[in-house]
Amino acid sequence: MSPWLRHLPVVPIVLPLLAAATILLLTERARLLRVTVACASILGQLAASVMLLALTTEAFPDIWPQGVGAYAIGAWPAPFGIVLAIDRLTGLMLVLTSVIGLAACVNSLAWWDRVGPHFHTLLQLLLMGVNGAFLTGDLFNLFVFFEILLAASYGLLLHGSNAQRVKSALHYIVVNLLGALLFLVGVSLIYGVTGTLNMADLPGRAAALSGADRALFDTAAAILGVAFLTKAGCWPLNFWLPGTYAAASAPAAAAFAILTKVGIYALLRLGSLIGSADALAHAEGSALLRPELFRGGMYYLGIATMGFGIVGTLAAQQLSRLVGYSMIVSSGLLLTVMGLDHPPLLAPALFYLVGSVLATSAFFMLTGMTERAWRTPVEAQATPDAPAAAGGYIPFGVRRAPAPHAPDDEVGVAIPAAMAFMGLAFAFCVLLVTGSPPLSGFVAKFAILSSAIQAAQGATWASAEWLLVFVTIAAGLASLVALTRIGMRLFWSVIGRNTPRLRVLEAGPVAILILICIALTVAAGPAMGFLEDTAASLRAPRIYIETVLATREAR
Amino acid sequence: MEALVSVAIGILCGSGLWLLLRPRTFQVIVGLALLSYAVNLFIFCMGRLVIGRAPIIGTDGVADPAAFADPVPQALVLTAIVIGFATTALLLVVLLAARGLTGTDHVDGRESG
Repeated sequence: MSPWLRHLPVVPIVLPLLAAATILLLTERARLLRVTVACASILGQLAASVMLLALTTEAFPDIWPQGVGAYAIGAWPAPFGIVLAIDRLTGLMLVLTSVIGLAACVNSLAWWDRVGPHFHTLLQLLLMGVNGAFLTGDLFNLFVFFEILLAASYGLLLHGSNAQRVKSALHYIVVNLLGALLFLVGVSLIYGVTGTLNMADLPGRAAALSGADRALFDTAAAILGVAFLTKAGCWPLNFWLPGTYAAASAPAAAAFAILTKVGIYALLRLGSLIGSADALAHAEGSALLRPELFRGGMYYLGIATMGFGIVGTLAAQQLSRLVGYSMIVSSGLLLTVMGLDHPPLLAPALFYLVGSVLATSAFFMLTGMTERAWRTPVEAQATPDAPAAAGGYIPFGVRRAPAPHAPDDEVGVAIPAAMAFMGLAFAFCVLLVTGSPPLSGFVAKFAILSSAIQAAQGATWASAEWLLVFVTIAAGLASLVALTRIGMRLFWSVIGRNTPRLRVLEAGPVAILILICIALTVAAGPAMGFLEDTAASLRAPRIYIETVLATREAR
Repeated sequence: MEALVSVAIGILCGSGLWLLLRPRTFQVIVGLALLSYAVNLFIFCMGRLVIGRAPIIGTDGVADPAAFADPVPQALVLTAIVIGFATTALLLVVLLAARGLTGTDHVDGRESG
């Protein structure tokens, strides 16, 4: 392996960090340069992520023969140094992050990035945190990357601040600070009991525990789980989510679409690793932990989350809140499937995860456009938040001077038939989010339901599987009803509507994300095959553990 | 000593939680600060409570690990303090902005009842 290729895993972390620092040093007036740096950095991340993903597949069997790569930062060997580990799931999530990041960045160029300072810096730091959280193989490092992505998300949420954003940011920050404290308690308790923070070293040490230590370890894992569930938007820890995502500006909300999935990823990864500790402990006959209890808890929490999402979807009056609730439904479905713990269900769930991230991200950007369409110029002048939309607003009665080249709806290349585009994009997004045929959402839900029904037929008493089937279909129906209602109000009523001029920069990312979803539908077979390999490697974490711990010898 | 430290962490944690559930933003932020003190003390304790032992092994080579304190929790607690400090400072700014924009210090931005 060439020395350059060996350092590839660290690129998705270092590149956005350097880009963020560079953008910070350039003046606001050098906008073209800032934007170029931002876009180049995300394109570089995309290239690095695609390459990393390719390296974990069979395409390059001589580099990482087992499909797992490890990178010891500073050449300090595991388990003492911090390692980055990459397998197929990590590679997939990295590619997904770069795609969403690129879409959000390009979408913001239309006008959102000029509403307040430092949008591109914050977006780069958010991407750095998300990439790092996916890559790291160290528990405390995971905490640090979580904090980086959260700190950046606070800034992005407040971007172009108005009363609504500040109010929801207050709730968001308090909830996440509390989540961070729980995370710290869990991590330090795990260190106190096992004496390691390396995620690959953890299963072996945990399996050797017994008695009170084992109980303490289980407690620590449960506390850590609560922190992850808060991030994942699990009921009853998700009341902050719809309001926060609805308040954020469109590109920021589009980038946030990946954030709940970081929590899901952490649960999947640690669940896979700690689950292997159970297998080890069972072999030695000293198991105190009852994984079925935890999994059962996750199953019922997932069902409750979906129920909450359904009620919220039906009650929401605002499109952006509705999209937020559909995100809760998707988190709930993933948690339910993870809790059910049937091996054939995992690959369709991952397919659903990819599709739902792309769809919600596109939907949030579309929401930003529709909101502009239904705010008439008179209304915009009358509302007190108008300066916030036009040029930023600062509390304490001080108003910032409008940005040079103040964004104007009338400037730029107008897309003909903007309403037609928005209507079409809305229809596609509805099909994707509700899981109606013929797009990727349907493929994913169909695969999940058919696997669940197959599993139910084998068992004598399969109420859990049937409940999953019932709630999934009910969730699809509820969001279809709610979205159709809002769509009719938005596109078929002419009262209070002014046809906006869309810019290519604004509409392009939405179209591209929808096209990716369509491509995912067309290539569902190969994609599902790849995801089955991914799921299989998650169920056999032995290779991951061995590869990471092998950095000890390969100095 | 263990009992004393545990009671101290418990009191900090309890007061922090109570303040966190109060309706005023300033109470919430003080509650979060108290909770983070409790958590930082907790992390520190995970390296076991010992007195008079350095966390650094000298240059003379291999030494008895029992004679030294565990340096990892000390490094962790430093990181946690820095991160907690920064995010609390950010929350303080948001609190002031919310007060300025809504005219009240209620966490929901409007007085209840």
